[in-house]
Amino acid sequence: MPVGGLKLFFLTAVCMVVLAVQAQARLEVDITKGRVDPMPIALPDFIGTTPEESKVGHDLTGVIGANLERSGLFRPLPQSSYIEQITNFGQAPRFGDWRSIQAQALVTGRAILQPDGRLRAEIRLWDIFAQQQVLGLQFVSTPQNWRRIGHQISDVIYKAVTGESGYFDSRVVFIEEQGPKNKRVKRLAIMDQDGHNLRRLTNGNDLVLTPRFSPTSQEITYMSYAGGQPRVYLYNIETRQREIVGVFPNMSFAPRFSPDGQRIVMSLQQGGNSNIYVLDLRSKMIRQLTKMAAIDTAPSFSPTGQQIVFESDRDGSQQIYVMNVDGTAQKRISFGEGRYSTPVWSPRGDHIAFTKLLRGRFSIGVMRPDGSGERILTEGYHNEGPTWSPNGRVIMFFRETRGENGGPALYSVDLTGYNERKVETPGFASDPAWSPLLK
Amino acid sequence: MLREIANLKVIVAFLAALAVAGCSSTNKPNLETAEQSAVPGSERDFIVNVGDRIYFLVDQSTLTPEAQDILRRQAAWLKQYPNVTIQVEGHADERGTREYNIALSARRSTASRNFLVAQGVPAARVSTIAYGKERPVALCDAESCWSQNRRSVTIVTGGAVSG
Repeated sequence: MPVGGLKLFFLTAVCMVVLAVQAQARLEVDITKGRVDPMPIALPDFIGTTPEESKVGHDLTGVIGANLERSGLFRPLPQSSYIEQITNFGQAPRFGDWRSIQAQALVTGRAILQPDGRLRAEIRLWDIFAQQQVLGLQFVSTPQNWRRIGHQISDVIYKAVTGESGYFDSRVVFIEEQGPKNKRVKRLAIMDQDGHNLRRLTNGNDLVLTPRFSPTSQEITYMSYAGGQPRVYLYNIETRQREIVGVFPNMSFAPRFSPDGQRIVMSLQQGGNSNIYVLDLRSKMIRQLTKMAAIDTAPSFSPTGQQIVFESDRDGSQQIYVMNVDGTAQKRISFGEGRYSTPVWSPRGDHIAFTKLLRGRFSIGVMRPDGSGERILTEGYHNEGPTWSPNGRVIMFFRETRGENGGPALYSVDLTGYNERKVETPGFASDPAWSPLLK
Repeated sequence: MLREIANLKVIVAFLAALAVAGCSSTNKPNLETAEQSAVPGSERDFIVNVGDRIYFLVDQSTLTPEAQDILRRQAAWLKQYPNVTIQVEGHADERGTREYNIALSARRSTASRNFLVAQGVPAARVSTIAYGKERPVALCDAESCWSQNRRSVTIVTGGAVSG
């Protein structure tokens, strides 16, 4: 294992320090409404005293502006419209200049390359109408880590304005697909939530499917056909080590972590049936949770770890069920028209996202954990496999295009069903799974 | 419909065999030369003269009468060549979700395997694998293709006569 390669995969921490908070947050975007009026925000390039610092400052504002814009909750104003040029980070802005271009919020910042080689970014968020500073923070990390600083700044701005925690300092693991449909090569891949820093984790020799992030560590669980036996694996992103999760007589598939990261819930095939089991990663003890002559699969823990949602065709077609973590109190919750599958519990606990098949169309929707309040967020020829942003606000999924040359791509949509966006990847991409916020 | 597609597949297999046979012969190829090109007990013999695959209805793993006929022929051939081992691949069409299709295709390969074993093929000679929707053979976005992908395919993994 080359040290350089190892280093690449370590997450360097970003240290955040509060400079000053002079006012209670009065900036507010009401995100409970369906369609949100995005908040006009001004984001001049962060100041630097050297060309290197100015470049970092420019790049940071680029990352932050793109994040905020993509959330659908902010509208970054074009820099060409700015009247005041920010040249002194310590000074209050001329609020009238920003008000006259309709800015409601202003982010000023500066980038400093410290004598110790580290990068420090300082920011202030201003409420233009209240003429007050809302927050002041500084972030320190290695210069190579500048994108993460940008994501963390995006997260604090998002939180200050919406009142909810952000999701920008996170990653997505997915399956990258290449080649013709009947000879598709699939690789495990990981990228930042904005599509940057893409890395391929497997070489494409083995078919790999359904990667899922650990909520507590830099680990992924997924299914691989390595060695001709489809099985569930664990993959450590930092060490690039791979291990089989238990050896069973038949196929194991559809794995997901428990919220504490200590257990994996998955399906084991037994003849024509598939049942749900939970495996303790430390003790290797396994427990059977469902015992039906049916297909029970796609299990997903509630964020409390007390319940599991899954799909089953025990009543004749794919439907969604909830049970206690010990397998008791199994109860169907989907009763609408059509087939329901791939349920995923929101990290906030208040929703379950799913794929719905109705009249040959595939939708992504959400319902309450008791099955009420079903809403379809996107509908079309083929949408599948929802995954939640760490704050439970955004859902990512994949969409297949039709025909011989068709293939999947990743999309995101707001919980309200608005702000659908394509997530750019170099090639075909499927089976996305969002990480928790990085630490 | 299903029978037509099944027949179509046999014809396609024949044509493939004819194409190979055509390389070594300037004669107008006919059915007999195609059959002669497959050495009895070989993998080709199994594919061309027995039929290596069966098809399923949407979201079903029930064996149709046509599928049972082919599996009976497979069982008879396997009893004739007792050294042959096989793997039954289960497949689903693309109009289902990933995890369910993996399980559905496991159900299909298991249905085929159980039928072969009930016909007297020793269970130890028959393994299964489930590919879900990952290995389509027909690529269009219409039922005419999806019906060819809802299949189980019996692959000879060892013990066949070479040729």
